[in-house]
Amino acid sequence: MLTPDVVIVGAGPAGLTAAAELAPRCGTGRVLVLDREAAAGGIPRHSDHTGYGIRDLKRVVTGPAYARTLVDRARAAGADIRTEATVTGWSGERSLEVTTPSGRLRVDARAVVLATGARERPRAARLIPGDRPAGVYTTGQLQNLVHLHHREVGRRAVVVGAELVSWSAVLTLREAGCRTVLMTTEYDTPDAYAAFHVPGRALLKEAVATGTRITRIIGHGRLEAVEVEETATGVRRTVACDTLILTGSWIPDHELARTAGLDLDPGTKGPLVDTALRTSRPGVFAAGNLLHAVDTADIAALDGRHVARHVRLWLDGHQPHETAVPIVADEPFRWVAPGLLRVGDPAPPRDRLLLWTERLVRVPRVTVRQDGRLLNRRVIPWPAAPGRVFRVPWNLLRNVDPKGGPIRIGL
Amino acid sequence: MTEHSPPAGPGARGEVNEQANEQVNESVYDKVYDVAVIGAGVVGSAIARDLSGHDLSVVLLDARDDVGDGTSKANTAILHTGFDAKPGTLESRLVRRGYELLSAYADDTGIPVERTGALLVAWTPEEQDALPGLREKAVANGYEHCEPVTAEEVYRQVPALGPGALGGLTVPDESIICTWTTTLALATDATARGTTVLLGHRVDAVEGAEAGTEGTAAGESTAGTEAAPGGDTTTLRTSRGSVTARWVVNAAGLGADALDGLFGHRRFTVTPRRGELLVFDKLARPLADRIVLPVPSSLGKGVLISPTIYGNVMLGPTAEDLTDRTDTGTSESGFEFLRTKGTRLMPTLLEEEVTASYAGLRAAIDHGDYLIEPSPEQRYLLVGGIRSTGLTASLAIAEHVRGVLAEAGLKLEPRLDLPEPPRMPNLGEAYLRPYQDAALIAEDSAYGRIVCFCERVTEGEIRDAYRSPLPPAGLDGLRRRTRAMNGRCQGFYCGATVDALMATKGGTCQEAAK
Repeated sequence: MLTPDVVIVGAGPAGLTAAAELAPRCGTGRVLVLDREAAAGGIPRHSDHTGYGIRDLKRVVTGPAYARTLVDRARAAGADIRTEATVTGWSGERSLEVTTPSGRLRVDARAVVLATGARERPRAARLIPGDRPAGVYTTGQLQNLVHLHHREVGRRAVVVGAELVSWSAVLTLREAGCRTVLMTTEYDTPDAYAAFHVPGRALLKEAVATGTRITRIIGHGRLEAVEVEETATGVRRTVACDTLILTGSWIPDHELARTAGLDLDPGTKGPLVDTALRTSRPGVFAAGNLLHAVDTADIAALDGRHVARHVRLWLDGHQPHETAVPIVADEPFRWVAPGLLRVGDPAPPRDRLLLWTERLVRVPRVTVRQDGRLLNRRVIPWPAAPGRVFRVPWNLLRNVDPKGGPIRIGL
Repeated sequence: MTEHSPPAGPGARGEVNEQANEQVNESVYDKVYDVAVIGAGVVGSAIARDLSGHDLSVVLLDARDDVGDGTSKANTAILHTGFDAKPGTLESRLVRRGYELLSAYADDTGIPVERTGALLVAWTPEEQDALPGLREKAVANGYEHCEPVTAEEVYRQVPALGPGALGGLTVPDESIICTWTTTLALATDATARGTTVLLGHRVDAVEGAEAGTEGTAAGESTAGTEAAPGGDTTTLRTSRGSVTARWVVNAAGLGADALDGLFGHRRFTVTPRRGELLVFDKLARPLADRIVLPVPSSLGKGVLISPTIYGNVMLGPTAEDLTDRTDTGTSESGFEFLRTKGTRLMPTLLEEEVTASYAGLRAAIDHGDYLIEPSPEQRYLLVGGIRSTGLTASLAIAEHVRGVLAEAGLKLEPRLDLPEPPRMPNLGEAYLRPYQDAALIAEDSAYGRIVCFCERVTEGEIRDAYRSPLPPAGLDGLRRRTRAMNGRCQGFYCGATVDALMATKGGTCQEAAK
């Protein structure tokens, strides 16, 4: 049995950053990071392109370089990072069961941080009908295949989604010698992606097909084509391709949170946390894309820095106030994170609330309501666009009563 | 019951069984077998296993590159009591007997079985009125444990059911089983007993003294009911070479009617009936701890909710008659139907993530019962029309087939030197899996190296699959032997590693990373 002060599940940006912050104070080997993969670093490891580290490292590096830096920092700080260590369940309030090649372990810690991240919904979860040929991947699988295993993909790809990660998939495909012949998105406003369109057009001859969904996968053995539908008109056409990449549509890897019986946020589907990133079980915290699937790696890392402060307070015996009010997202927002405001608590990470919108709002006039009263209203100078996190300054919640009714964020 | 009709294309699903190619040497084509069983599904494998328990040489052929790759792989995987069979039929008798035989065989071999029980739920007054009749039918089928229950009891047993249930009937012994392991265990057992397994061998033509080759009507044979020793034989022309046998058993599932035609018969037509299924995330399993059955109507058995042996929850199947025997694609209308049905039956289930969707084809025939008919003059036996209950009945069908063949003239001397039945790797969520087994990991670290995170499949299990007597032919075969890549991420994390392990044919992760 291992008895560290803190056990962190997941050696991605959030977990590693939390470890690097906590280890110097807890002592060498007192912070244990467990990861099921063969190498620590999380998703950035196989995102072999630049754009990482702006907000936390204050410089721009590639995904693999970013992952290496975070691993080195956590190790140097004295954290014990174990890979090929899969947490398979709970054996107590803050006690985990772990499988590793050197045996089954039990870890009893004083605090647990869940930083298990998120994954993209595969084809089945998106209920895409048709045949079951080879050649259908999520971005995660594609990047793993190409960047870590140097495997070949096909020659003509269709990419479903037009989010940041979708463009990342296009880059990976290009590196693998596979041309993206079409990108589709169910959203009907191409302008939502203007930021990506400019560089995107250089990569992609065809424009993004907006308001379009995949209605059938065709192919015996290998993918041969997909059928797409323009939702407004119902017109369908077949696009020949041998590779289909399903991007975006994130779901947190919340298995441990659910099997612990933690309160979940119905919107994010991650554990419900307060602004200190505490879950409903004392001493169990959560950080990163498990809470907001999906935001960038550096935002996840800053969650890790934030949660470390509150884990320390917990270890020092600080008890949170019992009274809390829910923070609720109103239409067109699908979710808001964090979802609880507790009396006496700090601002959330980066002094921001994170929201996910169902439709493009170019000039969002965000409102905060409580107990039927409009408390604040402010025009946010950036659009709320589907496919990426919409960030709202925390001070918009000034005057809310942490002992009152639910705080509603809407437009 | 595997598919006999031409496969979807060369190397359907992109799989080519190199092992099968390597292993087949010329001598398998020179030999004259006592019995050739066509179709390495659950039924054909059970028959081959049973016959090779006698002093006979047996060959098991299949058009596909793997065993259990046709109808058997997409079964609803229920071990049936047979409570709702048509009383007096061969099917009723064999399902009842098969339940006992397969339960015992599962204990011997480690095929996972969970005794979940089932609950039939009545949603309309008509359905409620039908319950007493179903109970009587169960009794007529020799099953006496069904009990009527009130609506309150229905909700006590399955609290997640949608509103409106009026009552129910319990079937305490209805169980779930692993259909993949069952077929694999039977085929492995048959191999150990000496059966020659020829995969990737599609039977295209039949020749022989008595075979109804084109232009020759069946029944013109002058042969007696007893096969002359060393006498007349049938030659099966396959896609890879000719196989000769004294007796032929047709267990070709979806292709059974076409093969029957090659023997000159026009007994029946197989209609491929497509059933689509949705498999929900393991986190949904607490919602359904037993099988929830609809009350059967004139429109068929309807949509059920069932826990799976792998710890998921399944919703389905649809029932749609097709003409294309290779169309195992899912459809928009099928999904829509399941979603609508599911929302009514168990709304909270539909809020869970879907892990997989499947479509399977069952061999529906224009005949109300199993069709097990010998043609002694041709030394040929048809085993057709084995529907969904064939998994449960498989061992009883094999036993029955043995009797029919003996009566038709096949000499059967039980062997006294039979090998022990194989111990199969456990795929069941309710039993100890390698990743949980501290002693096993201490002995061999490969069982502590989890490769597929969602299903917790270890490097050791993938290696073992490749070292087994019937190694996987491709990804689908590996999935059925280990559960690898069957989980919620469907390869997001593990797909590339599994791919690499397949390329090394079950090497280590370290080798695979090179």
